[in-house]
Amino acid sequence: MEVLDIDARAAKLGIDWSQVNLDSIQLPPGQDFGIESDDEAVYHDDQSEFDTGFGNIIVVDHLPVVPMEKFEKLEGVVKKIYNQIGVIKENGLWMPVDPDTKMTLGYCFIEFNSPQEAQNAKEKSHGYKLDKSHIFAVNMFDDFDRLMNVKEEWEPPQARPYVPGENLQKWLTDEKARDQLVIRSGPDTEVFWNDARQKNPEPVHKRPYWTESYVQWSPLGTYLVTLHKQGAAVWGGADTFTRLMRYQHSMVKLVDFSPGEKYLVTYHSQEPSNPRDASKVEIKVFDVRTGRMMRDFKGSADEFSIGGPGGVAGASWPVFRWAGGKDDKYFAKLSKNTISVYETETFSLIDKKSMKVDNVVDICWSPTDSILSLFVPEQGGGNQPAKVALVSIPSKVELRQKNLFSVSDCKMYWQSSGEYLAVKVDRYTKTKKSTYSGFELFRIKERDIPIEVLELDNKNDKIIAFAWEPKGHRFAVIHGDQPRPDVSFYSMKTAQNTGRVSKLGTLKAKQANALFWSPTGKYIILAGLKGFNGQLEFFNVDELETMATAEHFMATDIEWDPTGRYVATAVTSVHEMENGFTIWSFNGNLLYRILKDHFFQLAWRPRPPSFLTAEKEEEIAKNLKKYSKKYEAEDQDVSLLLSEQDREKRKALNEEWEKWVMQWKSLHEEEKLARQSLRDGEVSDVEEDEYEAKEVEFEDVIDVTEEIVQESM
Amino acid sequence: MVASSTKYVRITIQSSSHDQTLESWIRPILLKGHERPLTCLRYNRDGDLLFSCAKDHTPTLWFVDNGERLGTYRGHNGAVWCCDVSRDSSRLITGSADQTAKLWDVQSGEQLFTFKFGSPARFVDFSVGDHLAVITTDPFMERTSAIHVKRIAEDPQDQVGDSVLVINNPDGKKRINRAVWGLLNKTIVSAGEDAVIRIWDTETGTLLKESDEEVGHKKAITSLCKAADDSHFLTGSLDKTAKLWDMRTLTLIKSYTTVVPVNAVAMSPLLNHVMLGGGQDASAVTTTDHRAGKFEAKFYDTILEEEIGGVKGHFGPINALAFNPDGKSFSSGGEDGYVRLHHFDSNYFDIKI
Repeated sequence: MEVLDIDARAAKLGIDWSQVNLDSIQLPPGQDFGIESDDEAVYHDDQSEFDTGFGNIIVVDHLPVVPMEKFEKLEGVVKKIYNQIGVIKENGLWMPVDPDTKMTLGYCFIEFNSPQEAQNAKEKSHGYKLDKSHIFAVNMFDDFDRLMNVKEEWEPPQARPYVPGENLQKWLTDEKARDQLVIRSGPDTEVFWNDARQKNPEPVHKRPYWTESYVQWSPLGTYLVTLHKQGAAVWGGADTFTRLMRYQHSMVKLVDFSPGEKYLVTYHSQEPSNPRDASKVEIKVFDVRTGRMMRDFKGSADEFSIGGPGGVAGASWPVFRWAGGKDDKYFAKLSKNTISVYETETFSLIDKKSMKVDNVVDICWSPTDSILSLFVPEQGGGNQPAKVALVSIPSKVELRQKNLFSVSDCKMYWQSSGEYLAVKVDRYTKTKKSTYSGFELFRIKERDIPIEVLELDNKNDKIIAFAWEPKGHRFAVIHGDQPRPDVSFYSMKTAQNTGRVSKLGTLKAKQANALFWSPTGKYIILAGLKGFNGQLEFFNVDELETMATAEHFMATDIEWDPTGRYVATAVTSVHEMENGFTIWSFNGNLLYRILKDHFFQLAWRPRPPSFLTAEKEEEIAKNLKKYSKKYEAEDQDVSLLLSEQDREKRKALNEEWEKWVMQWKSLHEEEKLARQSLRDGEVSDVEEDEYEAKEVEFEDVIDVTEEIVQESM
Repeated sequence: MVASSTKYVRITIQSSSHDQTLESWIRPILLKGHERPLTCLRYNRDGDLLFSCAKDHTPTLWFVDNGERLGTYRGHNGAVWCCDVSRDSSRLITGSADQTAKLWDVQSGEQLFTFKFGSPARFVDFSVGDHLAVITTDPFMERTSAIHVKRIAEDPQDQVGDSVLVINNPDGKKRINRAVWGLLNKTIVSAGEDAVIRIWDTETGTLLKESDEEVGHKKAITSLCKAADDSHFLTGSLDKTAKLWDMRTLTLIKSYTTVVPVNAVAMSPLLNHVMLGGGQDASAVTTTDHRAGKFEAKFYDTILEEEIGGVKGHFGPINALAFNPDGKSFSSGGEDGYVRLHHFDSNYFDIKI
């Protein structure tokens, strides 16, 4: 369609063309109404290329120039080289000869059976040294046109005028300081403001089929990433969600951001056609802002995992673990006997080589520093003890190491500000028949990194869950036997000595199997998910008292908002029943509940760390009364307004209903005679009288029923 | 087989202004007379008799005051889906899966007449004046779901089986679950699996109105209940909503949303309350916790469309609900085979909206 046609058509339909926001138009998936989409031209680049039929031909350059006598010999050499790589078609080698000089021209064409072989041959033989002066330059035949068209002279790229970008962090300047959350239910993905005062979510943006699998916020909340067949896309913006960048990665399955949001890692794995082969994995690392691919990794799943039980379906995600802090400087990959640490300046291995650590099974970055903790299990039937080590990157210097004996398993938990590392150690008992657990606690920020051993009061207790207080010095442990385990709280400090662990208290027999600390610490939810039907206990660890207990029946997910003011509990479509979510205040007041069928996902939009210094935060906490006055007044205004609105609404509804009732009554009266005749003349309309009689009968009932109540007492 | 009282049941009613919660403890009478899931409950006009039908073959009559069983109506050879009683409480009509509808003498329990169909009879309703009855039949083998209008003779001797009018459902493979008389016997309102409510002319059998697809139910309509003056009616659906419609114009007036499929609906004749009953599908009951089932009779404020309370007790989905015409008691029948007869105490009537 020509642009003029479109304008004419739009005018006919009465559409003001300039008012139409083209980006907001979404076609249902798989339906293009015959319109060629701009997107596809971009996305399908690789697929829409014409197959020239020459895809299996390569051109080998820089061959020696030889006279006819030596022609066959050279041909033999070339054939020998390329037959090792792939099958050359019959008469597939053609080495042109200059008709004047009867000399070869120094290049040849080779046709393989398949384009894959040709590609392979190109990759393997490019740069092959036949002798000192003849180094092969190999290209695909299909690439030749493109390569020939490269202009000899360099032209400076045209500078595009600077367009100021949107304020991607505008949501943080919300006047009511609300937080956003995204939910997926059915085909829809919706972003809401959590408006706790109005006890209702306020919609921000909603789109059906926004993503083809799931959505994810970037760690600082700037972007929302959606996954599509063609790749991943990030969305954000000042007022609504517009697409900011796309990352082409066909059939992307998983994505991961670096902690500072500079890079996006995308993952795709393909099941092998032969079940005995390992599945193929492709991972790409993109620069989030420019959309440029920084590095890609391809290989079989074995190269991206340690072949543990998780390695069956592919590698365990995230494959690349990012070092803590906002710099996004390092990321590490664990594979069999090696830890590969990359740095992001050149996207290559630090010192150009991986670290060899025999049998390493787990690595963990400190959330704030470039320190890597790693765990190596026992080897040689216990002759070589298990060890947990801390390695500083990029120097690869071991900062601290601890050998552990008769260990069955270790789990590492970093505290969110990187001050402490807790290692849960499961040890065999003497008989080797059962295990018991203890903790090794590392104090990273102190000199020489002292380690303290902590055992539970009853060291045979099974440990069900462990969680550090965010930014704090406390941690909580669920231990003991199901169905009523105990919950204990510990602090890394004692009143007198800051260098010793102390127990704060134990709660006996709680129906809990998961711990959810508030992001600001101090409050924790002890939750009984799944088997415990969604029991919730809101607990204040400062005072060691329960603030509230509640139940969100069958809850599957619990998420604190980034400020620690509200909590969302959700039932996702693991079950059919009562899908939806509930918003609670931090102290366990139910604020509102939204039901959605086929509810898949809920995620709060994260906030970047506060710019306030620790001292300033403390000062605000101290003088909270002063600051809160203003907000309390606002709250009161809102609730007054709400009850006013509520009253109005009720009044309107009642009036509307009254109108219906009046109409019904009058029509009923009109039809009185007709009804009477249908009933053979019986004066039948006692119904009207019943309205009158209501009050009288009602008095009677009170007497009767009160007797019953007394009986029951 | 005798009615027995059970422990007290708490009925919590929250006034919708949320500033008062009333708890009244009522002692429901448990009517144990059926061996199979309940299908239908009907009060007579005076509100002293309660008729119950179940998937066992015997409709049963109970005294409302004390839950005493008066008698049974024996003769059907299949699940009994529904019944209706005449205004003077002399005649009972029942529809059954044995492909018949039967007319009974209420007092003697005597079978007066049998209407034979080629497919199960799903619903029956007496017209104003009780000279006509509407009977719906299920789709069965080659037969489509249909609405039959029969003339009911004054003297059973004169009764004939011929239909005055037969209306076939437009989508014959979809079952008509309910068909009731509209105003002054001039119309019939039908609803069923195709989620559409239709109003038919009883003279000609032509379709007069269809419910709006946009605002109407999204899944099968399971139940329908008329107001005392026939001016409006309430429908319940598997789409977890109940909707209130104007009988004359088929205008949607109110919509009530709940969390489980609705199997049964009822309207209080006294207060602006509607009651919804239901629960998850019977086939899923054994696989989930009893609390997940939500086998509660839920009360909603008719005008504000807000849930105000509930009565627990059944351990299976609720299949039938009925308000006593005096509005002071109600009964519920469940998949569990019990009828629970609840008399409200004074607290219930003190609720101020």
